Amino acid sequence: MNIHAAPSLVNRIYGPRAWLALAIFALIVFVVFPVANLVLPASSPFHLSAYWVALAGKIMCYAIVALAMDLIWGYAGILSLGHGLFFALGGYAMGMYLMRQIGREGQYKSDLPDFMVFLDWKTLPWTWWNSDQFWWAALLVVAVPGLLAFVFGWFAFRSRIRGVYFSIITQALTYAAMLLFFRNETGFGGNNGFTDFKRILGFDITAPQTRMALFMVTGVALIASLLVGRYIVTSKAGRVLQAIRDAEARVMFCGYDTRHYKLFVWTFSAVLCGIAGALYVPQVGIINPGEMSPANSIEIAIWVAVGGRGTLVGAVVGAFLVNGAKSFFTQAFPEYWLYVLGLAFILVTLYLPDGVVGLLARWRSRFRSGSAVKPAATVKAEGDTA
Amino acid sequence: MAKIQGWCAGLLLVFCAQAQALDAGLVGRLMTGDSDEKSQAITELVVSGDPAVAPLLQAFADGDLQASGSRALITSGGRIVDAVTAEVLPALPDDHEDLVVNNRMRRELADALAVLKLLSTERADRLSAARTLVNGADDAMLPLVKKALAAEQDSEIRGLLEGVAASMEIRTGDTAQRMAAIIKLGEAGGSNAKKLLLPLTVKNADGTWAEPDGDLRAAAASSLRSIESRLAWGERVGLVFAGLSLGSILLIAALGLAITYGLMGVINMAHGELMMIGAYATYVVQSLFRTHLPAWFDWYPLLAVPVAFVTAALVGMLLERLVIRFLYGRPLETLLATWGISLMLIQCVRSLFGAQNVQVENPAFMSGGVALMSNLVLPWNRIIIIGFALVVLGAVSLTLTRTRLGLFVRGVTQNRTMASCVGVATARIDTWAFGLGSGIAGLAGCGLSQIGNVGPELGQGYIVDSFMVVVLGGVGQLAGTVYAALGLGFANKLLEAWSGAVLAKIAVLVFIIVFIQRRPQGLFALKGRSLDA
Amino acid sequence: MQRRHLLKALTFTVSAALMGTAAQESLAQAKTVKVGVLHSLSGTMAISETVLKDVALMAFDEINAKGGVMGYKIEPVVVDPASNWPLFAEKARQLLTQDKVAATFGCWTSVSRKSVLPVYEELNGLLFYPVQYEGEELSKNVFYTGAAPNQQAIPAVEYLMSKEGGAAKRWVLLGTDYVYPRTTNKILRSFLHSKGVDDKDIDEVYTPFGHSDYQTIVGNIKKFAAGGKTAVVSTINGDSNVPFYKELGNQGLKATDVPVVAFSVGEEELRGVDTKPLVGHLAAWNYFMSVKNPENDAFKAKWAAYAKAKKLPGADKPLTNDPMEATYIGIYMWKQAVEKAKTFDIDKVIAAVGGQTFKAPSGFTAMMDPKNHHLHKPVFIGEVMANGQFNVVWKTKGPVKAQPWSPFIPGNDKKKDEPDGKSAT
Repeated sequence: MNIHAAPSLVNRIYGPRAWLALAIFALIVFVVFPVANLVLPASSPFHLSAYWVALAGKIMCYAIVALAMDLIWGYAGILSLGHGLFFALGGYAMGMYLMRQIGREGQYKSDLPDFMVFLDWKTLPWTWWNSDQFWWAALLVVAVPGLLAFVFGWFAFRSRIRGVYFSIITQALTYAAMLLFFRNETGFGGNNGFTDFKRILGFDITAPQTRMALFMVTGVALIASLLVGRYIVTSKAGRVLQAIRDAEARVMFCGYDTRHYKLFVWTFSAVLCGIAGALYVPQVGIINPGEMSPANSIEIAIWVAVGGRGTLVGAVVGAFLVNGAKSFFTQAFPEYWLYVLGLAFILVTLYLPDGVVGLLARWRSRFRSGSAVKPAATVKAEGDTA
Repeated sequence: MAKIQGWCAGLLLVFCAQAQALDAGLVGRLMTGDSDEKSQAITELVVSGDPAVAPLLQAFADGDLQASGSRALITSGGRIVDAVTAEVLPALPDDHEDLVVNNRMRRELADALAVLKLLSTERADRLSAARTLVNGADDAMLPLVKKALAAEQDSEIRGLLEGVAASMEIRTGDTAQRMAAIIKLGEAGGSNAKKLLLPLTVKNADGTWAEPDGDLRAAAASSLRSIESRLAWGERVGLVFAGLSLGSILLIAALGLAITYGLMGVINMAHGELMMIGAYATYVVQSLFRTHLPAWFDWYPLLAVPVAFVTAALVGMLLERLVIRFLYGRPLETLLATWGISLMLIQCVRSLFGAQNVQVENPAFMSGGVALMSNLVLPWNRIIIIGFALVVLGAVSLTLTRTRLGLFVRGVTQNRTMASCVGVATARIDTWAFGLGSGIAGLAGCGLSQIGNVGPELGQGYIVDSFMVVVLGGVGQLAGTVYAALGLGFANKLLEAWSGAVLAKIAVLVFIIVFIQRRPQGLFALKGRSLDA
Repeated sequence: MQRRHLLKALTFTVSAALMGTAAQESLAQAKTVKVGVLHSLSGTMAISETVLKDVALMAFDEINAKGGVMGYKIEPVVVDPASNWPLFAEKARQLLTQDKVAATFGCWTSVSRKSVLPVYEELNGLLFYPVQYEGEELSKNVFYTGAAPNQQAIPAVEYLMSKEGGAAKRWVLLGTDYVYPRTTNKILRSFLHSKGVDDKDIDEVYTPFGHSDYQTIVGNIKKFAAGGKTAVVSTINGDSNVPFYKELGNQGLKATDVPVVAFSVGEEELRGVDTKPLVGHLAAWNYFMSVKNPENDAFKAKWAAYAKAKKLPGADKPLTNDPMEATYIGIYMWKQAVEKAKTFDIDKVIAAVGGQTFKAPSGFTAMMDPKNHHLHKPVFIGEVMANGQFNVVWKTKGPVKAQPWSPFIPGNDKKKDEPDGKSAT
């Protein structure tokens, strides 16, 4: 880095090639998918069915969560085993709005959501106040996970809870929340959660155009999260975070109050998860407490580890790889897919400590030191590992 | 009611009646009639006073009775005997049918048999008859009970029968008898006695007392109080026992993890699956006993315990050699690898044994329970698990503190380089230690197989709780694990009694979160000066 | 270098997309029809759902061996939704849009059905759901071959109230805390009120999923039972049953004192339990393996042979149960409906399923109601025997019509006994 000319923000975030890749990604999300799905007729070999749009949209939501996880785990060294909770809270906040949008078209033709009619509730509980307003839902999507994370983090970091202790109490948190949401009395639909959505902002939620719009919004959110994440980790605060990850005590002795840095990135990460959850729910059509199960949160950590920690883009790659593989194997080898997935996790940890992205970086440096760079070959090799 | 009166009248006659052949018509009705006819037939059979009735009804209750037309064939003891003619048949006729009993028949048969057995010469028969009658006897049996009491020498049976007699006299006797009965019930009665005393202390709808005699009323009230305080004690002891039992289960589930994770720092997500392997090993041993050594079936746990330990330990050592040893010093990555291992182990068991649960039968000595009070039965399997957890705990702490292996393990975990410098083969010690932790997980699985499900997902149900226990207790501290397990067990059961199972579980989790805020290193933190401990 | 990683992710997605299209094209080669099987083969529900996948495959083999459906061989598409509810929706969409299945047989839990329901309605698919459930739902695209509450819960309680069943006066309604138990218990409470039972004689208790410590609850049942003749109605979910029954047996609560009737415990669930202490406890279903009739003998023999031939785990003790029978009935009803409609077209098949009859292994002729998409089924009440089978102690005279909208829930009297949009087809 040059002292004389501090790099512009654009250069600081990514080099030209990375920007190009990002542009190609954007092209696919904003042009290729819409055209292949909406414009091309179903008979065309290049037609993309709604299934693929929904699948890709779902995985992009997961990718945002993985990014959020990488920010705290890869950069600040905090392993959360409770990120599924923030994701689910965002989803529930959006789900409440979607439930209200059903209006009187539910099974019971009532203004109240079906499950409340069933529980003999006559009015909405206070938690549902204003839930028919989209702006309120949008506010909750950010505020609820953010506030919970802030309060939880404020106490936890103040008590200097670190390492596995932190991981385990986040796990306890999401587990407790799951049990709470399973109860019908909690007022969020119990085990069934929210389903059978009809509309979002007045648009038919099953219409291909609505789906595509949601897909593209998710794409925007993913790219924005990546850039903001990049902005944070390349800033001064980002470097302090990495220092905290590597030797917290020394950072403290240098006069930094590490608590603030950790709290900031922790809360930000939770907010990202909430947004991802809010985008996820209308696309998959269900939110239920299962999302808060400890196993789901562990999986998030696994996406990041598979892709490569501390690179942000690795998290995205990991989310796509693991979830793509899961969707594929559960159909191709329904009886054996757990072997494949389990073995893949073991091999990645043993042989790819820096994840798939780390492997590529190694290959690239080998190319660099050897003959001329052949990017095409690298891309091909990546495809093979997938 | 009338029926039992009939029985008793009949029985009192029995002593002078001559033995006669069973009435084939009655037996036929017992075979082919509907429930009402059958119960009528049972009554008449009892009244007939024939000694052959008891074996017939016993066979009926045990499901050893076959109907062939209107003939009754008793199949107990490997022989087929016609109940009426006592003729021994070489084989069952083609038209034979199982004579099935439903709950109503079962109850009536039990009552009939109790009446028949109350005057038996076998102590065990009389005892079981008295126990049946305690659960609810009819007033009409009072003369019979009195007669039995007069002849009874055994104090336990006498106690039971006195209670039975009191519960009848409280309604039917004269004032003195009733007073005696009220006092008697107050001394010894349980919840049944409470049911009998309550009506004496309430007012009718018109404001008059249900029991006009004030003395009796006062005595009943005081008897009720003493019964209630006794029942309350039963509940309290039950609560403590429940907490202890849950604590011992948590302890045994977490002990192995206290070694692999607590001492070695491996975030072992496959811990639950090692428990599952132990449980399946128990299942295999049990099945082998069932097919090859049925006579010794009750002893299978003696073999299952070491087999479960060794199997899980071998699997653990294999995993350590193949995967985990490459990951020391990268604790969070062990999480990822062991998660993968756990997925594979689950699917592997699913392919081998099927997705359904398998049946692990408790040996006879672990079935049932010991009745401490009228409302408190402590199940044997839970008592034995508590003992088992204590034994395992003792063995582990002895191994860690009194053996060379334990010394090395502690040395390696405290300072790996130093241990290596003084000549400890650290890699081998790691393998052994991991094997030990895994073996203990296997023992836990063996224990849990006696209480809950044995299925591929067994481990998943315990893994979160196990981590909570180890972390709450303080990583690296066996004593902490013990206190944490018992503490969580008691807390959970106390809260459950107060707020229901769901909220209790949530409250305990919140408690853990708050507690860790106060003591970020768990109950028993390792003392040290390092900031980054 | 970052961009390549992005590229890679994209290549993966796009190539996967192309693979999907290729798969579609290979469809038209043989004269086959694709049928989806949507049951969890891993995760918590695998314990119950795996056999349903197997019994469906057995029925397909059987149909194919006899020439298929209208000459088309059935090509099963088995997917594993892994007990993950959003994955159920994704897999349903995949079956409908990628594989273009003519019908799907699947789901066990209510939440999985609720998760796929919008997908089937949106894409106009056809789902056969084989498990007893809480009712309160009707969809044009779903046929329910399991029991509605009036075909299981209410007859069981009536039986326990009768002299034959022990004339119970007090009731413990015990369940896992989710929708099926909550709904069933709500219906039962209202039913018990109608029979003159007071609220003080009804105790409703719930436990979390996967609860395994029933000491306190069994203790409380004992205490409650001291107040009069008590029966327990258990809607405890699958895995928690073993610890519950073990505790019950060990604390000495016998069926003659306090009978427990369960709606989710069948032959498969008892496979993992030592049933000797449980003799006399009850279950209510529309089919028991122990039912004696030629159809059931044939069904059991076929299943035993299939399990042995495929070396299924547990083939040494092949068991059949109610949801398996319901799956089997559903498959044959679909086949008959297709043959009646002479097409695989979803709307025409849906119109043809209503009114189909099938001589079921239960020994009765099950009929799909022409209107409400539920089966007319017989109700059996069985007592657990020492060998893990059930001894039928009571049964209905004939098949009972399902009431998906229970009359014991207020407001349901106004509900139509027919899915919306049905008459339009």
